[in-house]
Amino acid sequence: MTNLELQKAANEVRKGIVTAVYNAKSGHPGGSLSAADMFTYLYFEEMNIDTKNPKMEGRDRFVLSKGHTAPGLYSTLANRGFFPVEDLKTLRKLGSYLQGHPCMQETPGVDMSSGSLGQGISAAVGMALAAKLDNKNYRVYTLLGDGEIQEGQVWEASMFAGAHKLDNLVVIVDNNGLQIDGKVEDVCSVYPIADKFKAFNFNTIEIDGHNFDEIRAAMEKAKETKGMPTAIIMKTTKGKGVSFMENQAGWHGKAPNDEEYAIAMADLAKIEEELGKAGE
Amino acid sequence: MADIKKIATRESYGNALVECAEDFPNLVVLDADLAGATKTGTFKKAYPDRHIDCGIAECNMTGIAAGLATCGKIPFISSFAMFAAGRNFEQVRNSIGYPHLNVKIGATHAGITVGEDGATHQCFEDIALMRTIPGMTVIVPSDDVEARAAVRAALEHEGPVYLRFGRAAVPVFNDNADYKFEIGKGVQLKEGSDVSIIATGICVDSALKAAELLAADGIKADVINIHTIKPLDEEIVLKTAKKTGKVFVAEEHSVIGGLGSAVCDLLSEKAPTKVVKIGMKDRYGESAPAGELVKKYGLDGEGIYNTIKANL
Repeated sequence: MTNLELQKAANEVRKGIVTAVYNAKSGHPGGSLSAADMFTYLYFEEMNIDTKNPKMEGRDRFVLSKGHTAPGLYSTLANRGFFPVEDLKTLRKLGSYLQGHPCMQETPGVDMSSGSLGQGISAAVGMALAAKLDNKNYRVYTLLGDGEIQEGQVWEASMFAGAHKLDNLVVIVDNNGLQIDGKVEDVCSVYPIADKFKAFNFNTIEIDGHNFDEIRAAMEKAKETKGMPTAIIMKTTKGKGVSFMENQAGWHGKAPNDEEYAIAMADLAKIEEELGKAGE
Repeated sequence: MADIKKIATRESYGNALVECAEDFPNLVVLDADLAGATKTGTFKKAYPDRHIDCGIAECNMTGIAAGLATCGKIPFISSFAMFAAGRNFEQVRNSIGYPHLNVKIGATHAGITVGEDGATHQCFEDIALMRTIPGMTVIVPSDDVEARAAVRAALEHEGPVYLRFGRAAVPVFNDNADYKFEIGKGVQLKEGSDVSIIATGICVDSALKAAELLAADGIKADVINIHTIKPLDEEIVLKTAKKTGKVFVAEEHSVIGGLGSAVCDLLSEKAPTKVVKIGMKDRYGESAPAGELVKKYGLDGEGIYNTIKANL
């Protein structure tokens, strides 16, 4: 896909995020929006997947270690064709297959249940190890929050991945700089992030997480890198695309009201219009 | 007594993994730097390519096992009960239990028979923790024969299983031709009509010894081995409770949340019966040779006998 096509797809993903969280009256829009471009790139461009056969044996795997941003994953899966976009409105509702945090038994396309921070990366490491044990060439991607890397288990998993040279594993850190209680450097600084992964024997790449050229280049570099896992640390804007949510820790886990929803959708419609013009 | 064979169930566990390796080609064994102690070193030696040492990081080992299971492997994760169930509780709950992944947890060094290492390593809470997890099967083998059968049954079973093994050598008493292991099926070891002794793990052997002492006093004990704490064999428990009306439950575990509690949960609803729980009474352990601790805390044959006599 061209960058413009990816941008358009990502904008649709963002609409789905806002709509899902608005209808649920709860959920996590901020970190879903910051990672929307990465979600889009992974599912529309990078990963070997089959929407008709979500459990295809040799597929690439994705683990959403920052499981609270399930709306981002669900909206991506829906827009990619795993299930109807309309169903995003059932998020968090009784009987819905779209649980508050990802559930692999409920939702087509979800490779691992997650939500308790720090645990998803270990499962991703296990998947990458399984590929190595079986001499299979599928790749494994996992997305972590920058607040999440305060969890010790992240570093247990990273130590293992580095030690076992899991070059089929890509760990992506969504560095939007904010967590529930404020800025990550104020709550308990996680910086420097890249140096930490480097020390755990990772190939590290720092990019702008809203720039598809940089995302593409990082993914290609990851594939070329042998003998070590790759960590992509992407600088992002929490709440990206919705004017009043951008860079606001308060929008980590809160749903927009009617008025806010209208503004958010207008913001995204405007982006859509601009992308339409860019394509002319 | 000298001719009675004694083997630690952790030893049986390591041997059983090797015995099952060819029949279960997807079996892989994970350790957290305790392969020597958990006896999975036996498997590591025989199948080095199927053994993964995760280092001293039990929570990550559990998550890795979850990931392996999603890709079709049958991982056995090994550590001491304190870490496998205690430190790891939330990882087991959320990464294995909730997605109902096919991971087996081999927890060794459970209970007071850890001995000299003392309280920090003597876990009396693991059965309680593990049985609260929906879909988790909890098995506590009583000897070598049962431990090896349990490992095979766990591998044949689809879904998470917690297996509890001990450090100390214990007598082998299930080595008879009729012995058959079935998950969720208790074993009637002795028929009696005066009191019921329901036991698990090392306390099964103690219960048999207590029954002999009671017999000398003219008291006939119904002795039942419950190797599967969950799902509990309700039929056998209800039957013995209705038969004797006096139930004693013995386990190398806290009296809070273990087999005793599971039996009380059942009986209070379906056949209210007086139940006396024999186990660790809401306390930590201490350092000493295993045998001395078993005696001090009343988990040997004489201890169980004394508790029964005092409560008749």
